[in-house]
Amino acid sequence: MSGAATTSDTGAGTSGKERRERPSTFALILNNRLAAAGLAVLGLIVLAAVAAPILPLADPNATDPANRLAPLLSEGHLLGTDALGRDMLSRLVWGTRVSLVVGFSASLIAALFGSAIGLVAGYAGGRSDQILMRLIDLMMAFPYILLALAIVAILGPGLVNALYAIAIVNVPFFARNIRGITVGLARREFVDAARLSGKGPLTILWSDMLPNVLPTIVITLSTTVGWMILETAGLSFLGLGAQPPQADLGSMLGDGRKVMFTAPTISLVPGLMIFLIVMSINLLGDGIRDALDPRLRSGALARPSFRTKVAKGRRMPGEDVEGADLPADAGGGVHPPLPAGNSPARGEIDGSGTSAAADLPPCGGDARQGRGGLPGTNTSSQTATPVLAVRGLETEFHMGSEVYHASNGVDLTIRPGECLGLVGESGSGKSVTAMSLMGLVPSPPGVIAGGRVGFKGEDLADAPDKRIRALRGGAVSHVFQDPLATLHPLFSVGDQIVEAIRAHQPLFKRAAETKARELLDLVRIPNAAQRMKALPHELSGGLRQRVSIAMALANDPELIIADEPTTALDVTVQAEVLRLLDTLRRERDTAVLFITHDFGVVSEIADRVAVMYAGRIVETGATDEILTDPAHPYTRMLIDCVPVMGEPERRLDAVPGRPPAANRLPPGCAFADRCPRVEADCRKGEIGLEDERGSLAARCLHPLAPGEALAGGPIPDGAGSGRPSGREVSP
Amino acid sequence: MTATIAKRLLAAIPVLFGLSIIVFLMIALIPGDPATAILGSYATPENVARLNASLGLDKSLPQQYLAWISGVLSGDFGRSYALNRPVIDIVLERFSATLLLAGASLLLATVFGLLAGIVSAVRQFGFADKAITLAVLVGISVPSFWLGLLLILFFAVKIKLFPASGMVAIYGGGGPLDILHHLVLPAITLALVATGVIARLTRTAMLEVLRQDYIRTARAKGLTERRVIFRHAFMAALVSVIPVIGIQAGFVLGGAVYVETVFQWPGIGAMLVNAISQRDILLVQGGVLVVAASYVLFNLLADVCQTLLDPRLK
Ligand code: SF4
Repeated sequence: MSGAATTSDTGAGTSGKERRERPSTFALILNNRLAAAGLAVLGLIVLAAVAAPILPLADPNATDPANRLAPLLSEGHLLGTDALGRDMLSRLVWGTRVSLVVGFSASLIAALFGSAIGLVAGYAGGRSDQILMRLIDLMMAFPYILLALAIVAILGPGLVNALYAIAIVNVPFFARNIRGITVGLARREFVDAARLSGKGPLTILWSDMLPNVLPTIVITLSTTVGWMILETAGLSFLGLGAQPPQADLGSMLGDGRKVMFTAPTISLVPGLMIFLIVMSINLLGDGIRDALDPRLRSGALARPSFRTKVAKGRRMPGEDVEGADLPADAGGGVHPPLPAGNSPARGEIDGSGTSAAADLPPCGGDARQGRGGLPGTNTSSQTATPVLAVRGLETEFHMGSEVYHASNGVDLTIRPGECLGLVGESGSGKSVTAMSLMGLVPSPPGVIAGGRVGFKGEDLADAPDKRIRALRGGAVSHVFQDPLATLHPLFSVGDQIVEAIRAHQPLFKRAAETKARELLDLVRIPNAAQRMKALPHELSGGLRQRVSIAMALANDPELIIADEPTTALDVTVQAEVLRLLDTLRRERDTAVLFITHDFGVVSEIADRVAVMYAGRIVETGATDEILTDPAHPYTRMLIDCVPVMGEPERRLDAVPGRPPAANRLPPGCAFADRCPRVEADCRKGEIGLEDERGSLAARCLHPLAPGEALAGGPIPDGAGSGRPSGREVSP
Repeated sequence: MTATIAKRLLAAIPVLFGLSIIVFLMIALIPGDPATAILGSYATPENVARLNASLGLDKSLPQQYLAWISGVLSGDFGRSYALNRPVIDIVLERFSATLLLAGASLLLATVFGLLAGIVSAVRQFGFADKAITLAVLVGISVPSFWLGLLLILFFAVKIKLFPASGMVAIYGGGGPLDILHHLVLPAITLALVATGVIARLTRTAMLEVLRQDYIRTARAKGLTERRVIFRHAFMAALVSVIPVIGIQAGFVLGGAVYVETVFQWPGIGAMLVNAISQRDILLVQGGVLVVAASYVLFNLLADVCQTLLDPRLK
């Protein structure tokens, strides 16, 4: 599984852990130091208890009134004697033996009956399941220990009765857990197959189901057995369990309490032993659970921090601080992306050594004139300095010993009022790139390993946390993909917008509320005043995304980073939201970085396009030119995949093959394995982003000529067919 | 909202009904002759006969149940033979003490459990997290009846900061401060396990929530980390922790048995233990019923709180 490649788009980046060969359960438990310690302590205690008859111990019941209440370490009595002069050490070992036997027996009985009930209920389903589970629920409606007391009250005090009581009250835990697993298993094919082969239900339960639920039984057992030992001891402590002369740890503690003030050790020592047993079992139990339940394995639940980690020795691209003035589409040509592992020093030499950089005038607003203007954008954006100038951005995911290069030396430039479409398949690194700008890639495992995030001349990767916080939602705001997941489910949308406003503007609640209402009006939400109180799940998908947009506009941002903002919406709503976003950004002259996998969407909103593949920009240029005649074969294939009226099944995932794993990028062109035009030289060395005709620059040794179809390509009708609507394109 | 609460209340009725049947069956399930079991083998034949009549043991089980439950509903739980008082009086008197102890413990457990869980999650894998995780493990492994003794030996005997037992001082006690003074040690003892469990689950819930997209949104809005954690993450995590607190109410109510015995707190748990030893079955029955019913109501309360917090659950 290529972890980063599949998960990087959502920014989660944690679910796709590589499934290597798993070490054995036992090895996993031993690896966990605490669990191993638990195992060792428990082992010693059990050993002593088992060996009690052959150990050189005094008779635990031999009284010696002359020698009563002897202190610790007295002669012949290592742990002293109790109120009747009995040897405490011997009593401790024998008592431990009783407690362990009783506790483990109770656990096994509970596991046996509970699992049986769970298996039958889960497998049979229907009526019997309902009745059984109602009964179990009813048992759980009693406070845990109270039920045990009631059972002892019925059966009468005594060690065996206490054992039964504790076993019975623990049955529900097993029944519930096992039933849950069984219900899932009962629907699986192998059970069907067993049924068809004529096996009876009992045989199926025994030979097909039981082995599969065994881990759950073991986990439940390991988490409850400590409790059961504790509780049986507790009942004895209360005088409801072991009756004299029989003694377990609980009754020893209970007896010792009578002389607690004169000889505290008599009660404290058995208590300490109970604690040691339970603690070691719980340590071991946690280890077992972690080993058997992969969901809980450490790291799976890593907490993303406030901001993406920036590597200390961050690799820097060439010294072109004025590079902010570079035309975006030349960026990659100027700085060939650095191969991973490149030292910062080398990176700098590479950068300043490139001829393109040398050609540039030091402060060249007009440097890009030679490359032609940017069709479709207004003139102000052509001359203004960029809002965003990303250079050589490298974002990696570090998982275990693997390093996934999600964003592998990316250059991006966006000018005021301009919309740059960042396009690629899922896993291309486009979302990771976008989320890196404001440090929103989850860390761990994300690390910004290199490059510069230039925002109006300031390197954000260097900026202090405080500065980042001020920019987030202020000058740079985000619109995310699925507004149901990205809006807080428990707060009203008005509240969430007000919060966004007040995070950056010193407004009183009232004033902020008025402003929020205006924002909702602005994004054309009808009945804004009422909708303020709505919770996200009470709104339609389209309205929710309008709320997100309103929130993004709350503090008049200069740049909006929109990560697939329309992907989760259905087609008509998608068009509306897109139009709204387009209108608003034009009205307010806001720059937009628009991430999408869909060239159809790109044609609606973007002035320029950057196509990403395997963590790199492979082609950039003005939207019209790219859509008409892309130079890179990958771009061509993506464009050809845009659904055409009447052919709804032709979608992006129709590009055959998969991108290379981001932790094992091949040398040379990363697209080579899927490219219809591949030749031997493609796989050799680094390929730079070279200028092609017009505004285009592509990272390809054998680019397409204008109008050229993909010979032998997977889509035979070739150029011109899969055009997205919305923009006039002539072949 | 009221409709939701009413619905939950209605749903609790069958549970209470089921509880009452189980508690009622306690007598029927006693092996041998219940009257002798209840009164002990030294009971006079007259007393046995009287009890048999009052229990209606000659009638069918459903009839017996009807007679019993109508008595219970009008506050008649029968008479305690050991104490020779109406069960209801004893139970109510004792239960108020237990409620005070259990309530205080649950409050402690909730506050400290949530705090520890949050800190642990926010400092995941850091020193604080490791320390808390270990402390939690210790906390849920310590037998409360042993911890109680330790606390008594240290705080009551050694440094004489808190009283060793009882709920009020024998001379001139009884004021709220006096009760509070007596409450500290037992409440801490009882709270320990619940604190550990709540802390553990809060940590998991927080870690789960902190990975959600809406947390990224909150950060993308430029909120302070404090606000992200204590408002956005915590509120969402609380939704899944509240039922756990409800369940812990049951463990606290049950665990009170040990703590009340150790600290001689005049609660219902200590009473139950005595009643069981003395085979005072009617008293046990009444006590179990009241505690179990209060637990159902506790869970109901947790349920309602959860719905109030997360309207999606409606
Ligand atoms: S460099 Fe070669 S393999 Fe890569 S896209 Fe161009 S033609 Fe295809």
